Amino acid sequence: MYDFAYHKPTSVADAVKLLADPDAKAVSGGHTLLPALKHRLNKPTALVDLSGIAEMTGIKRVGNAIVIGALTRHAEVANSAEVKAAIPALAYMASHIGDLQVRNRGTIGGSVANNDPAADYPSAVVALGATIHTSKRKIAADDFFLGMFTTALEADEILTAVEFPIVDKAGYAKMRNPASRYVMAGVFVAKAGGTVRVAVVGAAPCVFRQAEMEAALTSNWSADAVAGIKQDADGLNGDIHGSAEYRAHLVGVMAKRAIVAAG
Amino acid sequence: MNVAAPFEGIGASVRRKEDYRFLQGRGAYTDDFNRQGQLHAWILRSPHAHARIRSVDTTAAAGMPGVVAVFTGADMARDNIGGLPCGWQIHNKDGSPMAEPPHPVIAHDKVRHVGDQVAVAIAATREQARDAAEAIVVDYDVLPAAATIDAAVKPGAPAVHDDVAGNLCYDWHIGDKAVMEAAFAQAAKVVSLDLVNNRLIPNAMEPRAAMGEFDRTSGDYTLHTTSQNPHVIRLLMGANVLHIPESKLRVVAPDVGGGFGSKIYHYAEEAIVTWAAGKLGKPVKWVADRTESFMSDAHGRDHVSNAQLALDANGKILALKVHTYANMGAYLSTFAPCVPTYLYATLLAGTYSTPVIYCEVKAIFTNTVPVDAYRGAGRPEATFLLERLMDVAAQETGIDRVELRRRNFIPNDAFPYQTPVALQYDSGNYTATLDQALVAADWAGFEARRAEAAGRGKLRGIGCSTYVEACGIAPSAVVGSLGARAGLYEVGTIRVHPTGSVTVLTGSHSHGQGHETTFAQLVADKLGVPTAQVDIVHGDTAKVPFGMGTYGSRSLAVGGSAMMKAMDKIIAKGKRIAAHLMEASVDDIEFERGTFRVAGTDRTKALVDISVAAYVPHNYPIDEIEPGLEETAFYDPKNFTYPGGCHIAEVEICQETGKVSMVNFTAVDDVGRVINPMIVEGQVQGGIAQGIGQALLETCVYDADGQLLSGSMMDYTMPRADDLAPISVATHTTLCTHNPLGVKGCGEVGAIGSPPAVINAVVDALRDFNVRTLDMPATPAKMWQIINGGRRQAAE
Repeated sequence: MYDFAYHKPTSVADAVKLLADPDAKAVSGGHTLLPALKHRLNKPTALVDLSGIAEMTGIKRVGNAIVIGALTRHAEVANSAEVKAAIPALAYMASHIGDLQVRNRGTIGGSVANNDPAADYPSAVVALGATIHTSKRKIAADDFFLGMFTTALEADEILTAVEFPIVDKAGYAKMRNPASRYVMAGVFVAKAGGTVRVAVVGAAPCVFRQAEMEAALTSNWSADAVAGIKQDADGLNGDIHGSAEYRAHLVGVMAKRAIVAAG
Repeated sequence: MNVAAPFEGIGASVRRKEDYRFLQGRGAYTDDFNRQGQLHAWILRSPHAHARIRSVDTTAAAGMPGVVAVFTGADMARDNIGGLPCGWQIHNKDGSPMAEPPHPVIAHDKVRHVGDQVAVAIAATREQARDAAEAIVVDYDVLPAAATIDAAVKPGAPAVHDDVAGNLCYDWHIGDKAVMEAAFAQAAKVVSLDLVNNRLIPNAMEPRAAMGEFDRTSGDYTLHTTSQNPHVIRLLMGANVLHIPESKLRVVAPDVGGGFGSKIYHYAEEAIVTWAAGKLGKPVKWVADRTESFMSDAHGRDHVSNAQLALDANGKILALKVHTYANMGAYLSTFAPCVPTYLYATLLAGTYSTPVIYCEVKAIFTNTVPVDAYRGAGRPEATFLLERLMDVAAQETGIDRVELRRRNFIPNDAFPYQTPVALQYDSGNYTATLDQALVAADWAGFEARRAEAAGRGKLRGIGCSTYVEACGIAPSAVVGSLGARAGLYEVGTIRVHPTGSVTVLTGSHSHGQGHETTFAQLVADKLGVPTAQVDIVHGDTAKVPFGMGTYGSRSLAVGGSAMMKAMDKIIAKGKRIAAHLMEASVDDIEFERGTFRVAGTDRTKALVDISVAAYVPHNYPIDEIEPGLEETAFYDPKNFTYPGGCHIAEVEICQETGKVSMVNFTAVDDVGRVINPMIVEGQVQGGIAQGIGQALLETCVYDADGQLLSGSMMDYTMPRADDLAPISVATHTTLCTHNPLGVKGCGEVGAIGSPPAVINAVVDALRDFNVRTLDMPATPAKMWQIINGGRRQAAE
């Protein structure tokens, strides 16, 4: 990797100041950034290590929501009694991210802010209708993920927490890429009162909502309801591991499995 | 009370002596060797598959912090550095030699694959060297690439080497074409099959590394390198590349973390660091990162073939005809030319008494990383071709696939069996390994399991393969006549120390195989010395006599045999000393496991009594016998060895996602006499893991421009534990008839027998979808396409 300065602020305010440098990069678990640095694909002037900021840690229930600090590692979400009781599908999803080492380092804030098309978390954020807390404001999930590796976060804005409303039912299913084990197609479904949200990751350049499935499930919450819905392959990813058509097919399969898992 | 020591000889599953240091992280690998003042090299590699180099400007790079030197191909040419040599020459059908274009250590006119060496930057730290390499300005004239066999053989294809027409390295054949055609004319049935044997990237756990040193006072060079055969590297690099006398060049291959063939070859970086160490007078180290491994370690396999089988009305094979294109990559790696010829076509008889075989092989240059031997080397390609062909023949003749194999097996009373493709099998029992595997895998009960799986929505299939391989490489005179530029014997020295412990020097090299244990067991068995008192020394040309290294499952059959010969010499000398000490005739001395005895008496001497007498010759026949107790033997095998066996795979395919899951794998292998059953089981399991990898997961993909798309673990699917099945390994032994141990070799059988068993199982699972050809790997996307396509057809 190239040389860079290293900072470890202890408050969000200090971190924001350090990130005023447009070539500085925030790092949390480092599971995306460090490999990129090692491959010299990224040349930041400074790394702003967020891991010392106490106000960005912890899982708590606030009213009818679970608020998870950005620094919370995937393994903590997976093993949290609070999350398991309130939104078991979220704990399940976290328990299947990457492998053990990834789950013990990677953080929810890092994953959501990075918006890797093949990451798991964006599906849960969108399907559960979460709210992103930042150093400046609160952003609705639907307004947050803008495109591949692109979010509504501004350069000096830090994601501090994710607030997940507790829903009636939710489920997640995914097919892993055989080589990287990232998501090739993952579907998160959630039902809250009369509202159903279906979010898809892995298949396209960015997480997206499957409106047709949402409509079908709103009137009939069952795997059969989505069986006939064909995901359009147009705009989906294709690579040496599978065509866009294959991914479109998997979206249907994973949606059914997610609904069954949600119960 | 006298407690008997545990038996540690032949047949005992002695725990691996070397695992203590490996499991504790205390191995000493090439990168663990550091010297005061050492410099670090970073190789600048071509980003293009094919380009002419207009110029290389190193000015900026040379002035960067910590940089000591930046060298290009022109610098090497000025020093008269030779190209990387090829160790095997194949001749064309017309008798002319193969095309053997130069393989420059650093490219100077053209680059021919992504990863080709363009320059080397040497600096105080690795990061500084890398910074400097990035500052080298190369002006490329990018040329169209021939990235695949198909692209390279098309009329008007880009020429990888300007003077090699049609990118053809050689056009070789074996067998009599006219006799083959006559046999086909008699056939009741001809089965034809197109096959691709997918290209693999070896990915040993330890990336390649090399450190060169030069001692100005003595003029001695030392190279530490990740090699499977340090003497071969010393010979090739010293004589052909750097022109250093062997007496001035020491090559050390210390602990090496896996090779699988990829560390046999002489690589450019070895020559670069040794040469640079001499020029700069300082140690120079290079360590590959994983990205470099993908684009600079020799790849494996990569065949495109058509195979045709002629059968009579009863399913007896009349003849086999094979046409193969073999991808050599951009340059000839050390042993590349022999892989698709003498390690492939000569294996096309397999386990069958096929009377007539004709095979032609065209070796093709492409703008890709060189291809060479990878675990099994040629034999997996032959076995895959034959065993897929047998399943298709069974389908098309209506003869049961197991029965068709049985009908064509070489019968037990036919050994030694001369195949029509040069090899003479010494022993085997293919019916026995098949029968044992069928029982162990519960082949008979499969249909019930298939029905049960269908109830869960899964397609379940079972497949078998039977195989024979030729290893224990190899009789020197035979391989010499076939084009090898080296002998393939092995050396072993047994040094019995004064107090009776033993040091063994061997030319074999262990990089995961457990030699330190297996070889010690040979000594324990023969000389009665506990394995704890037997040390195995290997991997250092300064310590070990000239030996040929480890590949082709040769270490025990050839290296072990050399040790046995050396121990025979120790015993013969020991008997003479014992005869003197016990005042008996040497003809009356018997020896068994450490004890010399006057036949028919209770007069004995232990080995330690003899060794003490030999090194402290106070009462010793000094006029007749030299002091000391150390013997060296070279063993040149009389024939290849021929392990064989049967592998059975059982799979389930998820109809929704296309994912193939291994549910069971059964191997029954005949590897000859088993020295350490635990190590054999581990070797076979490892080979099977790689075979399952090839069948279901791994494949190297280049795009049309020659860019490596599967250039990291993100896109190259290495097998993980959860991709594998419970693997049941058993052996059924027939002894090798021509080496002193009766051993055959077990390092490669797993990777040879398993891929066709897996693919036959996948095809069987898809029996409702009428699949005939199925190229590896059977990925979920590929399976879904077949299942989905089949459904669509059914609906129409």
